[in-house]
Amino acid sequence: MADTDFDIIVIGAGCAGAIAAYVAAKKGKSVLVVERGEYAGAKNMTGGRIYAHSLKRVFDDYSEGEITTEDIPYERKITHERISLLDPESSMTIDFTSDELGVDGRDSYSVLRAEFDQWLAEQAEDAGAEFINGIAVEHLLKDDAGKVYGIEAGGDEITAQVVIDAEGQNSLISERELGNPRSKRDAMAVGIKEVFELPAEEIESRFLCNEGEGAAMLWAGDATHGYTGGGFLYTNKESISLGLVATIEDLSQSDTTIYQMLDDFKKHPSVAPIIKGATLSEHSGHMVSEGGYNSIPELVFDGCLVAGDAANLCMNLGYMVRGMDLAVESGRLAAEAACDAIDAGDTSKAGLASYRTKMDDSFVIKDLKTYALWPETMENWHRMFTDYPKMVGEIFNSMFVVDGKPTQHLKKRIMPIVKQRGLFKLLGEVKGALKAL
Amino acid sequence: MKKLKPITVNVDELISLNHYNVDEENAHIELDHENLDEVDDTEFQKLVRVCPAALYKVDEEGHKSFDYAGCLECGTCRICCEDTIVKKWEMPQPTMGVEYRFG
Repeated sequence: MADTDFDIIVIGAGCAGAIAAYVAAKKGKSVLVVERGEYAGAKNMTGGRIYAHSLKRVFDDYSEGEITTEDIPYERKITHERISLLDPESSMTIDFTSDELGVDGRDSYSVLRAEFDQWLAEQAEDAGAEFINGIAVEHLLKDDAGKVYGIEAGGDEITAQVVIDAEGQNSLISERELGNPRSKRDAMAVGIKEVFELPAEEIESRFLCNEGEGAAMLWAGDATHGYTGGGFLYTNKESISLGLVATIEDLSQSDTTIYQMLDDFKKHPSVAPIIKGATLSEHSGHMVSEGGYNSIPELVFDGCLVAGDAANLCMNLGYMVRGMDLAVESGRLAAEAACDAIDAGDTSKAGLASYRTKMDDSFVIKDLKTYALWPETMENWHRMFTDYPKMVGEIFNSMFVVDGKPTQHLKKRIMPIVKQRGLFKLLGEVKGALKAL
Repeated sequence: MKKLKPITVNVDELISLNHYNVDEENAHIELDHENLDEVDDTEFQKLVRVCPAALYKVDEEGHKSFDYAGCLECGTCRICCEDTIVKKWEMPQPTMGVEYRFG
């Protein structure tokens, strides 16, 4: 094996990259992380919430008990799950809370990436990884046979036995240097988010949460004015993350811009009170992969592996969104596969193939496979975003509105509302969705 | 494509809250014509709708404008129109561009 500057170069210090660097450094490899932000997290944005299981596993396995949940800069433990159907004139919300949501190993937390990613990077650095910040990787170095042997960044060439591409969702390197396909407009969404600062007690009282705990909330319907997508909210320690996700194809043909949608959403009578009196602190944007299993690109190349958002590892199930736990797991598995390949003296595509096998055996690919049909089902389920929130509003109006006129049995009130939409069509659509989910 | 409803929000005010190091020298995004009048209207209208920073605008007289300075570097315009009117999309030069304090 030729001498290289580092054993492993990691592109990007997000969840996948920082964890890959941490694991590889813990395994005694020399690691360089090249992060284009001035600090880790400077270019990152999440909704967002991380399911803690995969991070817990990494630190349980590699930190010798030094890093526990208490050390991680989480914002709030999410103990309330809210889903809401939004019509211009009504809103129906379910607020679910359960002891199960907070159990160690099943817990999830809101995070803000500027702080969270810097902490992850610190752990990788403490483990021995080196960092270059503020410079984007421009090219991969390839030998005559096409094997990746390093990177070019800021005019410098740096070599390694394995490069782990964890560059994120706007995956220029994966597309332009590795030849993976550019994501399709109907398999990619744009996320827009604003952070509103509020005192901790105010957040807890607005969301009926205990101290230090918080809520996650997703909206379907008028949040995106009926276009494919939805609204989201996550409570942080002293702020609220509020935003929208909309599929690029549908949005590009719509009658409203994404930022106008967000402004309208913020002014909806059922949303405005949430952020009343709060101070707007940041306006951000980020893409979200919506294609699921069928959007996963090639993960293993000669001398190079792809992890995290760059590999489109994201699940939007409508009632929940997962990405960061998949990124963490893929970062760990990429690092383990890279270290094994280096130890075995074969970092070719065949030598690195265990990454794909490990991924296939992990919850990442298994879960994405389980929900493989869902992205298309959701994409084509237009009534979920338009007529069904309205129907639900009509049903609940028929239950709760009292005007002094003689009333009728519930069945007589509700059935016409449902029949108008076609009872069997509705049942068929719900059945189809349950099958895809 | 549906006709755009009136835009009432001023995104410039919203993104002014963000921290940026604007690279005045280098445009990291370029369209296929420097003269925006020559850029395809329909494709440009897609960018107007999808860009979360409102960098792509069409005024009441129909004049197009584009300014990369407030870019959030999400890449949405690239996925939307790299095969049509987005000719160049590179990461900003070292230490340039948006810097999230919350994220």
